[in-house]
Amino acid sequence: MLAAAIASFADDATSQEQVRPYTVIGDAIPESLTGAKGDAERGRGIVVNRQVGLCLLCHSGPFPEEKFQGTLAPDLKGTGARWSEGQLRLRIVDASRLNPNTIMPPYYRTEGLTRVAPAYQGKPVLSAEQIEDVVAYLATLRDERAP
Amino acid sequence: MTRAAFLLLTVVSAGVAASAADIPLGERKSGYDFMAPETRAMQDDDTANPAMLWVLDGETLWQRREGSAGKSCADCHGDARTSMKGVAARYPAFNAARARPVDLGERINICRTEQQRATPLAFESKELLALAAYIGQQSRGMPIEIADDARMRPFLQAGQDMFTGRQGQLNLSCAQCHDDNWGQKLAGAAIPQGHPTGYPLYRLEWQTLGSLQRRLRNCLFGMRAVSYPYGAPDYINLELYLMWRARGMRVETPAVRP
Repeated sequence: MLAAAIASFADDATSQEQVRPYTVIGDAIPESLTGAKGDAERGRGIVVNRQVGLCLLCHSGPFPEEKFQGTLAPDLKGTGARWSEGQLRLRIVDASRLNPNTIMPPYYRTEGLTRVAPAYQGKPVLSAEQIEDVVAYLATLRDERAP
Repeated sequence: MTRAAFLLLTVVSAGVAASAADIPLGERKSGYDFMAPETRAMQDDDTANPAMLWVLDGETLWQRREGSAGKSCADCHGDARTSMKGVAARYPAFNAARARPVDLGERINICRTEQQRATPLAFESKELLALAAYIGQQSRGMPIEIADDARMRPFLQAGQDMFTGRQGQLNLSCAQCHDDNWGQKLAGAAIPQGHPTGYPLYRLEWQTLGSLQRRLRNCLFGMRAVSYPYGAPDYINLELYLMWRARGMRVETPAVRP
């Protein structure tokens, strides 16, 4: 299912961009990767999209319309209450900076990877704009209870 | 000899070193144990198991004379029900002429080219899968038993390194899902432990029979990692490690999976 889910992603033009520099302070990237605030509505679309965000392969969340969700990673409910936008940004960009053993893929790193398929070489999983959209959306998930 | 070198030798001679995250032998489960009752029932009943169509084809192919030598499998091996009993449970096995392990599919093709003098069967072809399923069925219920000797060890180690190493754009290892997170759900589906007990098997997702190499390619694709060509030594090493990891578990060929 994971394989089928990502089949169309190679053609996604937004993944072509290079990784821009960013500054980590403590356990966060306080500044937006693009210098602008993301769009929470677009962010929700990325999170639930199995070809783009891939989030629900491993995470569950307050998405009653999504039947097939993952249990390998924390539920996304209440994410915005637990973490600041800067903390969320670093955890998406490269969670291995906080826990080298994490299963969370580095969404905005192209270095230090092994045997990357040709279609994805040199490309981050999400663009800076997409990550800002996801951060903006996750920050709205402040309710820890079921949807 | 230094103490460190002696210790290293000791570890190496004890076989592939077990890692902390290995599943204890007694807690291993077949993919069968993660399946819905109706899928289990399909595997359990030969009249409902779609893979049995390939087994029947394999039985016919076993008798068919092929190649310029005009020999059938049966001409050399006789009745597969006795001569092939337990064979698939020992594969991949070391091939002295090639100085490396070969899997069952490659072994069939070695017989085809060297004994029958016929062209090798294509990977994932109906004929190759049928013969592998028929031969595999003769080991049904028998424990997997992979040779773990000095000749095999470098290949086992290479397979284990591939299993535990991170790869692909998503930077995942096989072990992160199949050792550390089995039983959890990936996009709603239970992650099995990854024991190749039933190949070749009928996968409902494929709507056909397929080899372990085909299944490994599916995972590599999902990890966004480079796929090897069919028959690549990297796959054989990983198959070998996975079968060793499943040592003692029962062969289910031809299995059914979701």
